[in-house]
Amino acid sequence: MANNKKKNQSSAQQEYQALQKKRETKRPVLQNCIKAFLIGGLICAVGQAVQYFFIYFFNFTEQTAGNPTAGTMIFIAMLLTGFGVYDRIAQFAGAGSAVPLTGFGNAVISAAIEHRTEGFVLGVGGNMFKLAGSVILFGVFSAFIVATIKTLLTQWGGF
Amino acid sequence: MLAGHRTWEFDRKPVILAAGTVGGPFEAAGMLSDDFDILHEDLWIGQDSYEKAHRLLFEEACTKAIEKGGLQKEQVQFILGGDLINQITPTSLACRTIGAPYLGLFGACSTSMEGLALAAMIINGQGAKYVLTGASSHNAAVEKQFRYPTEYGGQKPPTSQWTITGAGAALLSSEGSGPRVTSATIGRVIDLGLTDPFNMGGAMAPAAVDTIEAHLTDRNIDPSYYDLIVTGDLGEIGHNISLDLFEKNNTPIQNTEYKDCGVMIYRKGQPVFSGGSGAGCSAVVAYGHLLNQMQKGEIKRMLVVATGALLSPLTYQQKESIPCIAHAVSIEAEGEESA
Repeated sequence: MANNKKKNQSSAQQEYQALQKKRETKRPVLQNCIKAFLIGGLICAVGQAVQYFFIYFFNFTEQTAGNPTAGTMIFIAMLLTGFGVYDRIAQFAGAGSAVPLTGFGNAVISAAIEHRTEGFVLGVGGNMFKLAGSVILFGVFSAFIVATIKTLLTQWGGF
Repeated sequence: MLAGHRTWEFDRKPVILAAGTVGGPFEAAGMLSDDFDILHEDLWIGQDSYEKAHRLLFEEACTKAIEKGGLQKEQVQFILGGDLINQITPTSLACRTIGAPYLGLFGACSTSMEGLALAAMIINGQGAKYVLTGASSHNAAVEKQFRYPTEYGGQKPPTSQWTITGAGAALLSSEGSGPRVTSATIGRVIDLGLTDPFNMGGAMAPAAVDTIEAHLTDRNIDPSYYDLIVTGDLGEIGHNISLDLFEKNNTPIQNTEYKDCGVMIYRKGQPVFSGGSGAGCSAVVAYGHLLNQMQKGEIKRMLVVATGALLSPLTYQQKESIPCIAHAVSIEAEGEESA
């Protein structure tokens, strides 16, 4: 589709876009990758520490500690979002703070805060999953497909 | 009256009697903080939603302009204004309070000069004695409208711009003393196929260049006629691109001082990326800082070119490119205007 669009453009448009490209400040991709790697890793390390905390101080096993850990990380993300800190971390970290679970939490909570002024039902309820909705939809859908394939293979494939 | 193809020359030379500007916390920390009439330290301005705060910005700017002009609210005959929110509700609700006959405008960030051009036209055609015009934007309300929730952690690219929180209003009159509105050039919608809503400067630059060149041709003048030609919110990137375009078209823009409101308003080091933007941007800089400079005699003639990107979140999602526009209005100090 993108190629199609290019073809439909006049020569003046193409010429200008080439000129514009030269002046455009590029995203510092390498620098962003390094920052994302460090901050993303840091968030995961905190998550790991929280998981060990639940295993050592409460009666959780490595399998069952996942849920309280996720809950704790989302709670921290919620506080940081509410205090207006998370978006600043994100400007620095980019994908590093967007990809982990905390990023998902931030997407839900920021939308909920933003639409509080439109009331609880139409505002918070209607808009909370504005950003995260597609993640849930396609996440559940791809999980379903993968699980179906696995079931087919193990049940009838004889593995 | 009509000069060339799309320039109006106002022979009655409407007077800008007074102007009011209001800013938010980020603008208070910027370069032009001394030029604001009212500065708020909080984005909420004591309201329970950003949209209500947005409405208050415009209301205060209008009230300030009326007060500085020594008028009563009832004497304002028409009010022209607009903003960036759905169906321009902040401006409409503010005008409910002011109570004057009202024309709502939408020209995205070019609304300030669209309003000034039309207000001058009304005065010049003896349609009124006093007309109020202005534009406003509120960072959080506009981000909510066009982008993501304010607290959402999305990384912005260096080409993006910071929507200013502010409102500027000017009170025009058929008589009195003050800077004169001498001409206006109406822009065409220019779309060179850019689709990135995080690069408005790049999309709007050709519109600004088109309008400035049309203005110079229509009035048959050189850029040196003006002490200053200032664009609305191209930001650093758009400003540099426009310089390239002027060079390509052999327009001697170097004969005058050529600046951008979006670059002027903030300090180096404020996290505004390419610069300020928003309907309030050109309004607060032109009606605050630049009119003050004109009053001090530092500028005698200036051309304000407000640039606007006429996109909506819907057109962006439907993969439309960004249509842009620019309107230019010349303001000249009393006694300096050409006959």
